[in-house]
Amino acid sequence: MRKILKSVALVFTLMASLIVLSSCGSKGEVKNTDAWTQAQKTDSITWGVKADTKLFGLMDVKDSQIKGFDIDIAKALTKQMLGKNAKANFVQVTSQTRIPLLKNGNLDAIIATMTITKEREKVVDFSNSYFDAGQSLLVKKGSSIKDVRDLNQPGTKVIGVVGSNSVENIKKFAPKAQVIQLQDYAQALTALKSGQGAALTTDNGILFGMAVDNPNYQVVGKAFTKEPYGVAINKGQGNLKKHINKALKELEESGEYNKLVEKWFGNIAGFDYKEVER
Amino acid sequence: MKSFIDAYSAVNLMFLLKGLWITVEVSVVSIILSYILGGVLGFVRYMKVKYFSAIVGFIIDLIRNLPLILIFFFVYFGLPNLGLRIEIIPSSILALTVFESAMLAEIIRGGIESISKGQMEGARANGLSYWQAMRYVVLPQAQVRMIPALVSQFISLIKDTSLATIIMLPELMYHAQIIYGQNTNYIIPMFVALAAMYFVVCFALSQLSRYLEKRIKA
Amino acid sequence: MINIVASHGSELLNGLGQTVLCSVIALFFSLIIGSMFAIFEVLPSKILHTIGRIYVEVVRNIPLLVVTMFFYIVIPQYVASINGFVAGTIGLTIYTSAFIAETVRAGIQSVSGGQMEAARSNGMTYWQAMRYIVLPQAFKIVIPPLGNQFINLVKNSSVLAFVAGFDLMYVGNDIASTSFDTINSYLVVGIMYLIITMPLSYYMRYLEKRTNRGAA
Repeated sequence: MRKILKSVALVFTLMASLIVLSSCGSKGEVKNTDAWTQAQKTDSITWGVKADTKLFGLMDVKDSQIKGFDIDIAKALTKQMLGKNAKANFVQVTSQTRIPLLKNGNLDAIIATMTITKEREKVVDFSNSYFDAGQSLLVKKGSSIKDVRDLNQPGTKVIGVVGSNSVENIKKFAPKAQVIQLQDYAQALTALKSGQGAALTTDNGILFGMAVDNPNYQVVGKAFTKEPYGVAINKGQGNLKKHINKALKELEESGEYNKLVEKWFGNIAGFDYKEVER
Repeated sequence: MKSFIDAYSAVNLMFLLKGLWITVEVSVVSIILSYILGGVLGFVRYMKVKYFSAIVGFIIDLIRNLPLILIFFFVYFGLPNLGLRIEIIPSSILALTVFESAMLAEIIRGGIESISKGQMEGARANGLSYWQAMRYVVLPQAQVRMIPALVSQFISLIKDTSLATIIMLPELMYHAQIIYGQNTNYIIPMFVALAAMYFVVCFALSQLSRYLEKRIKA
Repeated sequence: MINIVASHGSELLNGLGQTVLCSVIALFFSLIIGSMFAIFEVLPSKILHTIGRIYVEVVRNIPLLVVTMFFYIVIPQYVASINGFVAGTIGLTIYTSAFIAETVRAGIQSVSGGQMEAARSNGMTYWQAMRYIVLPQAFKIVIPPLGNQFINLVKNSSVLAFVAGFDLMYVGNDIASTSFDTINSYLVVGIMYLIITMPLSYYMRYLEKRTNRGAA
């Protein structure tokens, strides 16, 4: 018995020392290389994008390419900033993985249905908004849930995605509901269909994309929040931010922005694409 | 029934096979690397070099006792802090290698220990040096004895690649989820395909090991 | 790291509780199911033997995540609605039962031969011999490997995070993505897993050594 106690004590001392060591080590930030100079040198930018979100970033089963509004904007921005031959690299992210991957230097920028929020601005920088979304609900047709207030009852389950802003919002708008967070939008939609929750909540653009393929489901209620999407970049990358904002403005002025909006949202029932045109 | 026929369209099957290819690729590389690393670590632990073996042993125990998902996170989110950009496939391979070589080290240490007791002394008494005895007498026998445990660990590794969907490795499970996420009628066909594909790969490996074991023993 | 523990302590403890709870439940049921299939495999009946073999081979060769997702997504659409925690626990139970079946079968076979014949010749029926002579001895041998299965269960229960099972890993994901302090959040989670698994694994190694010495 004494032997066991001794070895347990040893284990805990070692663990304690490990904690101290690791907390010292984990403070290291990304080396302060200038992302803009780097991008010019390599003639490419690495973007974190969604691969499971229809209309914004979805992997095409036919050719394994990711396609969507975010992807097209990223490509257009890259070309606008670096010239015709510049390359946009894409790394698949989820709402959960995108910030750590940006902060640890795996990505230059995130363009992945990411809302500009105060909390996030503490850890990353945002460009000007490139899309105006709003949070809404997707439910099965004939559901008794008509808007977000109907969710605010004990025992009601709402499905969201880990790390998304909509999960934080729904905790405020319907504090009594239980939030079920899944890994990505494909999982969340499947869970909704399996009856794991009464509604799926996220931004209306994403929800309308889901409703297109799933006629038994509909978006209900008006958008109850404003969710301006921004391109996220690391703190201290003012150069890159400046160039992204400039390129974004140029895309809007040249009409290319509106062309992309029409391409992706022009035929979506229930979604007034004119409202988001610039 | 119709949903099965639609679900197994050529396009979808190709997409699944692409995922399976990534699964196999990541698994094979990780198996080779973790077998080498696990062998070295297991041997160090067996040798009982003062302090060094104890420290290595403790690190092995730490890794063995953590969930693999956490190791994926530490590698993919943590390592680039040191200044290197590491892509998703190398990250997955690295995480799997770290985790599985810790598991393998224990199997290999146990295997060597179980053989070396009597055999080592016998070989030394016959005039072999320590390393000769290890190389020609102990290790070959230990290897045969370890085959079942090693192979079942390799099978675990193949299955564990599915956990890398949490960091978006585009392997079999992830590809199936992309397909059924877009059309829920395909859920059951996709699960059938998933189970069948994993089963075929893993079962083939276990049959191969049985065959090897028989041939070596014969 | 300390601020994470301070501000999310109760959530983390809840998560840990769920992790332990589902591991214990899954261990209990997988012991029953696993032992059943192990006995199937050592029985003289050819059909039962084959059933046992097929169950073990099929379950062992399919990833836990596939089994768990199946219960989370497919079962509610056709059979009964079950939440993430239940789906995860069922998945873990089925997955672990195959490994326990293998362990228990090996245990039974290692005592079986002579003991069974001796008991039968003393007038016991097959089942009496199994129940009073073989199984108790077999269980003594398999306790350390079963302990290791429990450690695996605790680690594997992290798949509950995929199906919103509110376990430790799920809580960790939530904290990591709201506090933005990813590495430290996961370090805390890792240490909490180790608090359960580390002492257990050392205790199992101690038990193993003791039984080995007893046998030699």
